[in-house]
Amino acid sequence: MLQVISLLVENKPGALMRVTGVLTARGYNIESLTVARTLDPTRSRMTIVVDVDPTLRSLVIKQMNRLVNVIQVSDVTDTRAVVREMVLIRVRAPLERRTAILKEAEIFGARVIDSSVEGFALEATGDPEKLDEFIGIMQSYGEFEVTRSGRVAMSLESTKLKLAPPVPTRSGTNQSQITNGVLNG
Amino acid sequence: MSNLMSGARMLLECLTREGAECIFGYPGGVTLPLYDALYENPIRHVLVRHEENAAFAAQGYAMATGKVGVCCATSGPGATNLITGLVNALMDSTPIVAITGQVATKLIGSDAFQEADTFGITRSCTKHNYLVKNLADLPQIVHEAFYIASTGRPGPVLIDIPKDVFQGQARYSPVSAIHLPGYKVYTEGHTGQIRRAAQMIWDARRPLVYAGGGIIASGASAELQTLVELTGAPAVLTLMGLGALPSEHPNFISMPGMHGSYAANMALTHSDLLIALGVRFDDRVTGRLSSFAPHAKVIHVDIDPAEIGKNRVPDLPIVGDARRVLQKLNKFLSEMAPTSAPVNAAARQTWWRQIRQWKEEHPLTPAVSSSEIKPQHVMLEIDRLSGGQAIVCSDVGQHQMWAAQFIRFNQPRLWINSGGLGSMGFGLPAAIGAQFARPDKLVFAVVGDGGFQMSIPELATLAGYGLPVKIVVVNNGYLGMVRQWQELFYNNRLCAVELDTFPDAEKLAAAYGIKGRTIDRPEQLAPALREAVEEPGPYLLNVRVSPYENVYPMVPAGSAIDEMVLGPPEPVAVPK
Repeated sequence: MLQVISLLVENKPGALMRVTGVLTARGYNIESLTVARTLDPTRSRMTIVVDVDPTLRSLVIKQMNRLVNVIQVSDVTDTRAVVREMVLIRVRAPLERRTAILKEAEIFGARVIDSSVEGFALEATGDPEKLDEFIGIMQSYGEFEVTRSGRVAMSLESTKLKLAPPVPTRSGTNQSQITNGVLNG
Repeated sequence: MSNLMSGARMLLECLTREGAECIFGYPGGVTLPLYDALYENPIRHVLVRHEENAAFAAQGYAMATGKVGVCCATSGPGATNLITGLVNALMDSTPIVAITGQVATKLIGSDAFQEADTFGITRSCTKHNYLVKNLADLPQIVHEAFYIASTGRPGPVLIDIPKDVFQGQARYSPVSAIHLPGYKVYTEGHTGQIRRAAQMIWDARRPLVYAGGGIIASGASAELQTLVELTGAPAVLTLMGLGALPSEHPNFISMPGMHGSYAANMALTHSDLLIALGVRFDDRVTGRLSSFAPHAKVIHVDIDPAEIGKNRVPDLPIVGDARRVLQKLNKFLSEMAPTSAPVNAAARQTWWRQIRQWKEEHPLTPAVSSSEIKPQHVMLEIDRLSGGQAIVCSDVGQHQMWAAQFIRFNQPRLWINSGGLGSMGFGLPAAIGAQFARPDKLVFAVVGDGGFQMSIPELATLAGYGLPVKIVVVNNGYLGMVRQWQELFYNNRLCAVELDTFPDAEKLAAAYGIKGRTIDRPEQLAPALREAVEEPGPYLLNVRVSPYENVYPMVPAGSAIDEMVLGPPEPVAVPK
């Protein structure tokens, strides 16, 4: 079964690699992954969909949680959450099929974002299963191209964000050990 | 006064402020600016002969002291040579900070000379790693690295520093605080859970303390001793935990697991409560996991939440630092003792009688012969000289297990070995690090003839610094542990395990200007070891031991730990 993991990470180089490393080390294939900055530009939100052995799901979450750059992880597979995905579709639309395609698009709440004599570019957002259906229907109109965003998820449960507090370093201001001209050894 | 400082000097300044006394390293092209700064810096640089050994030496230093060990290598091959050492530190939760040089920032990704993607390669080999792109970030990063390496579950942290960052000049101002919002360290332990643990311990009829490296990392030996004395519970210590309780302590049974004692493994199998402290239920301890401690409830104390339930789901998890948790636990236990202690007192006496009986039935008996030197005999003689007080750095293999079985450690941080990763070649460089850390201590490097031949170049380091490490090569002419498995599980088809050439130890040592000797008669053993210990400098003692000795008891891989093979099968396997 697919596991949907939502993470809040520090927006730092390598953070993505560390998170996916927990999965790739076990040979798991990631179904989809989205990352983007949050309102706070020092953080990113990530949604990962991955097929994890059910017995290892909580271990994977814990191992992600122990990464220094990971601020919060939640398994939103079985919790109250909204999961959405966006799809971009280019479909060939000769004159006689244009109306039919537009009708179908309307049913799925898709928007036309480009229209030309060859066809349309459509954008649809929604539940991933619903989008599968939409893609299936558009496919029946012939030659086409599709790009999916991967799922983005948001938990509907209120979880308090726990942050580690700042800690003082061992580096006091007046204990500089700098010495000049002292030969080593 | 201007505070303008080069990146290299800034690094050394931060290292000094973190209390680093020495760096185990090997220079190279991109670390030239760092070595130029070291030229006039009081931090001691120890030149090893291979970068892997720099990482191992830093671990020996860290394991002997509890302080963060520091190692350093250049870019490309220097950094890739560190890898085994980094993973070793990760597996054994040893705090080290590794500094690597990197090609100049504008060359990164251009396949420049001696370039490797160190940041990418070491991601999974470290607890955390950094690539410093801006000099301004350097002080912050160095302090973060030390903090991450030494807190929580300790581990290796790598800082990759490009040459232009070393060379750049910037104003230095000390960093007074670091903020890692995602790095949460749970030290205190849940008081309610700890109180429940105390109740469970008094309720148990056959309690057993199963403690490991976490006790040593958190400095909880005194608290552990209080716990076993307060409750009268017997204790087993894992390979990484030896010395956490004095080996001579009456409550200590021995090491459990694949080569643990009969009594320790039987105690685990029959216990009704495991008090698991800073252990990770490693497969070498548990054997077949589904049959491990089948009658026991489990209290699991660990500072790493990811260890809880990883292998065995505990009945009572406590996330916290072993020392802090044990302090609270001991308090609750003593409060409850007047009413709770007598309840199961009789059952516990029976439990102890049973354990003593197991000990008597199949004690760990070292083989000693008058015609040849048995490897176990070597351990007995080292033990006699050590009296539970010397530092013993072991390599990996049969000799490691015999050392763990027969050498006593009456304090923590005396037994230094590669447990989780099992890296051959660890013993000698670790001993170098340990001897630098503890110049006052007698340090043995107990190594096999296989592992020793991986670290021979470090004889130069020993000689150069005049370190009085006593190398004892337990030389059976084989990769003994692999041969043992080939004998027992591969129908005695010995393949690529015979080490039929070994250098003349006396000449080898003499080539480095140190003393050395080979012995092969049992009566030579005690005097030769005494001579080695009395020698003020390094000593290489090559002990020709009986070649076909195997380590017992042994739990075959995949078996339950009470399914031990207690001795060699009959007839004794005779190689070609």
